[in-house]
Amino acid sequence: MSRGNLEPEKEPVKNGTPPKIIAFLCNWCSYVGADMAGTTRLKQPEGVEVILVPCTGRMDPLFPMKSLVEGAEGVLVSGCHPGECHHQDGNLYARRRLEVLKGFLPFMGFEEERFSYTWISASEGKKWQQVVTKFTERIKSLNGKKD
Amino acid sequence: MRIGLFVCHCGNNIASTVDVKKIVQAGLKLPYVVFATDVDYVCSAPSQKNIEEAIQEKNLNRVVIAACSPHVHEETFRRVLKRAGLNPYLLQVANIREQCSWIHDNVIFATIKALDLVRMAVAKVSHHEPLIAPKVGVDKRALVIGGGIAGIQAALDIAEGNIPVTLVEREPTIGGAMAKLDKAFPTLDCAACILTPKMAEVNQHENIELMVYSEIEDVKGYVGNFEVKIRKKASYVDYEKCVGCGICEQKCPSKASSKFNLGRGDGKAIYISFPQAVPKVATISPKHCIYFQRQKCRVCEKLCPADAVDFKMQDEIVTERFGAIVTATGYSLFDYSQYGEYGGGRYPDVMSGLQYERFLSPTGPSKGEIKRPSDGKKPETIVFVACVGSRDEAKGRPYCSAVCCMYTAKQAILTKERLPESQIYVFYIDIRATGKLYEEFVRRAQEEYGVQYVRGRVSKIYTDNGKLKVRGADTLLGEPVEVDADLVVLATGFGASKGASTLAKKLAISHDSYGFFTESHPKLKPVETNTRGVFLAGACQSPKDIPATVAQASGVASKVLGALSKDQIETSPLVAAVDARRCIGCFQCLGVCPYKAIEETALNDGAKVAEIIPTLCQGCGLCVATCNPGVISLNGFTDNQLISEVEAIVKG
Repeated sequence: MSRGNLEPEKEPVKNGTPPKIIAFLCNWCSYVGADMAGTTRLKQPEGVEVILVPCTGRMDPLFPMKSLVEGAEGVLVSGCHPGECHHQDGNLYARRRLEVLKGFLPFMGFEEERFSYTWISASEGKKWQQVVTKFTERIKSLNGKKD
Repeated sequence: MRIGLFVCHCGNNIASTVDVKKIVQAGLKLPYVVFATDVDYVCSAPSQKNIEEAIQEKNLNRVVIAACSPHVHEETFRRVLKRAGLNPYLLQVANIREQCSWIHDNVIFATIKALDLVRMAVAKVSHHEPLIAPKVGVDKRALVIGGGIAGIQAALDIAEGNIPVTLVEREPTIGGAMAKLDKAFPTLDCAACILTPKMAEVNQHENIELMVYSEIEDVKGYVGNFEVKIRKKASYVDYEKCVGCGICEQKCPSKASSKFNLGRGDGKAIYISFPQAVPKVATISPKHCIYFQRQKCRVCEKLCPADAVDFKMQDEIVTERFGAIVTATGYSLFDYSQYGEYGGGRYPDVMSGLQYERFLSPTGPSKGEIKRPSDGKKPETIVFVACVGSRDEAKGRPYCSAVCCMYTAKQAILTKERLPESQIYVFYIDIRATGKLYEEFVRRAQEEYGVQYVRGRVSKIYTDNGKLKVRGADTLLGEPVEVDADLVVLATGFGASKGASTLAKKLAISHDSYGFFTESHPKLKPVETNTRGVFLAGACQSPKDIPATVAQASGVASKVLGALSKDQIETSPLVAAVDARRCIGCFQCLGVCPYKAIEETALNDGAKVAEIIPTLCQGCGLCVATCNPGVISLNGFTDNQLISEVEAIVKG
């Protein structure tokens, strides 16, 4: 069951393995939205794995960066809609930092498209499914180009 | 370090897509894992007991549970650890149900992912430290927002529990939508007769402070310690002095449409909403007042025997403290003018269900007589159209409003009782009559009162020769239908209350795309929100009828009384802390903290550093990401923990 042989840098998607995507989700909205997608059995790509954060305001750009450097094929951050942050405006601070990070990615040798942030509320399970499905497709096509 | 791993089958909820046995085998090979087992239902009482025993027998000092979402059972498992003598925060839950087994079909990929999630949890838990929850005092007072039947019931029940309640209502009277009703289904009791005694009780209750014509300006704080700013809007009448005699309203020379009658019927600039209003006081609407518009008149001021009119009144903001908040802000009706095919609001004889209810009510514009608004004649043929702004994707309202079938049947019966000769048609999609005595009630309308139910949507309403032509289809007969009607009543559906999303922001609660507030769990936490100490009652959460609203409001009261029964409550220990020795005193953190939880303090050597007050900190972690030298850490979400999770995923 080890994932060692599936390391994306070495074997990108050739064997049909879904690309490995790390999603940092806010505890108050997007994580609950993702749970709701589960409760309503909305099928999703298997490569998306969620790390819970207390607020997107906690997001240090280091985390997405580290994820990509260590071998994740894509990174997604999702928080509360602007104006609806559980912690007032942590999501807006996050947006500024992540926007800077985006510009920095090509400099570090990653396509900008490997990173995305979005807003998903606790009731938007359907939207979460659409976002991860679309993002996975995007990463697949990026991987395809690499080949 | 000795980590124990428990993997749940959850019946076949997890086990049907995740190979649980393999997770246990692979889990045993992970660092520090000394014990791993699979469990049928890890949340069951015997399983909890088994975990306790395992902790003690195997001398475990960290626990990973791979099961459902931490939002479901994290607290349950923390209590298990506590019972076993372990610090409850030495737990990590891997979400292999909602975010794995339920969203995947492929067993191999789902199992690989579940193992990743377990590996993440094991990596993270090894960085956990024992934490002690700080305790804070509780302000034993409750705030209820909204004075409809939900807010009234919640306020009364909380007040009966000996907790002081402040009930805030934005209109000049409490009573809400129920006060506008003539009768209530399915028993046809007079709505006012059952509501107004409760309204009076609210006014007289020693534990209830009533603040009408007031709105929530700002909310700060957290459970047990909310600080709320309330705006008392200028009513231009001193409510303390006003005796509700109504002379001002009689003599006021202005013309306005009556807000209480939803624009049907005349009103005045100075008004008392309805005869049983609580409090029974007058309010001036500056938009319609001749004095405010043209600086002359002041008739009311001259005639008021209580000297209560005060044209210089200003909005006032008061700040109060509460331990718990109930939102009971109700609903708004769908604006039927969006249906161009039904006249788009151009025909006076086409009205909403609630407007028609005002015509049925003895306190309404026609004193309870059924008359056509256009010419005052008694209607002979009346058509009711169900599902206007409900179950209609094209209008952005795919959901059922839950009450329209029933109030339509009620209005049809009431109409037949007053106009026995009238012909009544109800166009419907399906009849939803699921409550106690509801189906029987609809049957009565059909069988006893001879109301004609036509299954089909109405496609168009237009005028022809003074008649309203209602065109639709009878989908049971499969043929088009056209009815010449004198009056058409549209059963408009429920939307969120106006301003609901603004209030949600102030309370830091979430709402769905229609504006209805989101409960903490759709089944098991229907009155809680994700913000501790903020609760929901009534139609602000989803469309519901009076019995369901009252039941939920009483439910909310028990939750509030429970929350406020303790002298102290534990706050989360997942808070941030500054390493004072390394703090450079830049105070960037101070500026970003949304809770003003960070203060400047001096060390022994006089160096100024930041200090976080744990009971004020809500653990958002914004200061951690802001701190340039990286000397703030957040319990449960340290840099090391998050990076260990990243590494566990990608390096596994």
